[in-house]
Amino acid sequence: MNQPLAPTPSMQKVFDKPALLLSTEHSLCPGCGEPVAVRLMLELIAELGVRDRTICVAGIGCYTCFPMLMDIDVMQALHGRAPSVATGAKRVRPDAFIFTLQGDGDMASEGLQEVIHAAARGERFTAIMLNNGVFGETGGHATATTVLGQHTKTTMGGRKAEQHGHPIRMAELLAQMDGAAYVARGAVHTPAAIKTTRQYLHDAFQSQLDDKGFSFVEILTMCPTDWFVPPDKGPGWLEETFKKTFPLGVVKS
Amino acid sequence: MSRRVLMEGSCAMAEGAIQAGCRFYAGYPITPSTEILEYMSARLPQVGGVCMNAESEIEAIGMVWGAAGCGVRSMIASTGQGISLMQESFAELANAQIPIVAVNMGRGQGDYFQSTRGGGHGDYRFIVLAPSTAQEAVSLVQDAFHLADKWRNPVMLMGDFLLAHTSELVEIGTPSEAPLPAKDWATTGAKGRRGLTLSPLGPSEKLSTDIASALAQATDKVAKMRAAEQRVETGYLDDAALVVVAFGFPGRFVKYAVKLARAEGLRVGFVRPISLWPFPAQAVAEAAAKAESIAVFELNGGQMIEDVQLAVLGRVPVQFIGGISHDHSGFGVGPALRVEHILARIKDVYPRAAA
Amino acid sequence: MRATVTIDIETCKGCALCVPVCPPAVLSMSEAVNGKGYRYPELVEGCTGCELCAKVCPDYCFEVYREPAGRREARP
Repeated sequence: MNQPLAPTPSMQKVFDKPALLLSTEHSLCPGCGEPVAVRLMLELIAELGVRDRTICVAGIGCYTCFPMLMDIDVMQALHGRAPSVATGAKRVRPDAFIFTLQGDGDMASEGLQEVIHAAARGERFTAIMLNNGVFGETGGHATATTVLGQHTKTTMGGRKAEQHGHPIRMAELLAQMDGAAYVARGAVHTPAAIKTTRQYLHDAFQSQLDDKGFSFVEILTMCPTDWFVPPDKGPGWLEETFKKTFPLGVVKS
Repeated sequence: MSRRVLMEGSCAMAEGAIQAGCRFYAGYPITPSTEILEYMSARLPQVGGVCMNAESEIEAIGMVWGAAGCGVRSMIASTGQGISLMQESFAELANAQIPIVAVNMGRGQGDYFQSTRGGGHGDYRFIVLAPSTAQEAVSLVQDAFHLADKWRNPVMLMGDFLLAHTSELVEIGTPSEAPLPAKDWATTGAKGRRGLTLSPLGPSEKLSTDIASALAQATDKVAKMRAAEQRVETGYLDDAALVVVAFGFPGRFVKYAVKLARAEGLRVGFVRPISLWPFPAQAVAEAAAKAESIAVFELNGGQMIEDVQLAVLGRVPVQFIGGISHDHSGFGVGPALRVEHILARIKDVYPRAAA
Repeated sequence: MRATVTIDIETCKGCALCVPVCPPAVLSMSEAVNGKGYRYPELVEGCTGCELCAKVCPDYCFEVYREPAGRREARP
């Protein structure tokens, strides 16, 4: 530990890692935005007092390292399948607090049908999509949210509309479903964005607790590794390039 | 509720499931399984359960996964094509050791390999049970829920068009079950305890990376299930020169044909596997030890016959007297499924030397 | 000193996201590397306890401490 300016006895600890995080040893890359998003979720679960009835339904991606690190019940689903699994769980345990943790490859590529139907049905869980525009866990391949011009291992030279088609804006898509009660898109690349995203997650969780319908938060996360930028340039790439396709804000409430 | 009622096989099976405590069903309409979905849709809410008409088979099995993972007895039904769609989830449900009951109302009997070899990836096996009457469908679906919970493994029932749609008198009671361990592996919310993970990819304990042990648990049980759960019905075996092996509703036709053959003085017996997996290899081997020839009748191109050949190990000839047989509807009630035809085939292969 | 942070330098992966978000600019990346080979942030005096470094850190390396309101050391 770095000691020269150690806390004095009169100081209070005002920030610590989340109580529900069992270890900081995760294998994600330097500068990855996903752990920042997960921190917000764990803080809110504790604050809202729902830990004892929380079930996280996890998809498959880089973030799949988190189920074993979170002190909540986690049901691990298959790639793309978290929304149907969450549907079954919430239908038989309506008092449970259920959220899915998925990436863009998981939700928008493999599992697009599942989340649209869950939103249309107004299933009472909160779906969360960590969007970095790549399949990170397999090494950086294009997904349904890769933006035009984005360089990936399957869009070498940049995604071209004529060849690779266009990205899907999940927040706007799901907001069209009458069963969706709260839809927002946030990001975790700046302190201000992190603070706003925390509010979006809070409001989404609250809409589940208030039994309003399906709730969805899309969170833009940095992936410097698969964006081919140094870790400290991830936030800039998100702001200057990625965010242009995916505007931040509340889409439906 | 325990009184005799006239019910279609599908509905009897569904009611049997409900009496065994099934409280979640998800499905997708597909012939000839659709009546189970219809029955569950009307009946489950009456007992505080949930029935979901999913938008696809893959979502249906996902919903069953979620409900069963929370500790609720859950069921799904389809036919071969729909079962094909569910295979990734089936394989991983076995890895996650989540108990479910799945029903394949087949078209013909062509899904034997799919069910018994595991249509999905990996080393898992489902216990597969093949009822031949509506009453047996009731008792086997109730057994299925118990076996699924006992082994923490999916269990499948194989049916077909005739089983689904033939109305018979059935008595459907609440089964009395041997004690089962508590479902402490289920995600119920981590009240009063550390959180747990329910996963096909690794262990239940947080912070553990012992994937190998977790996956071994899922597959080590295969040998134990194989030893413990074989079921079979046999008849007329003591002096049989020819033994006919058949399963499911067609097994009833074969039993009747064997009775007719006996009335004509032919020494014919039958073996009707009730568990297709684990296959009752011991019973077939014992029958083969005393007979001169084995005949296999199944409505497909020859699938169970391979398990029969494995059990017989070349001791006596094994001959195929079945075949793919469809009527114009394609649902498997074809010309081969007639007692007269089966009896003729039995006579075709009856050993000439036998008195 | 009215606030400070502790930094788990062995968990740090050297992403340096904390450095530019610090309003009084009291964080800078080390010359030395930790056991994993990453440079890590070093703190000088002047921390205000704003928590921004902690909030952006993907590896949960920071704990933030502050004097309670109304209790501050006299500034030199």
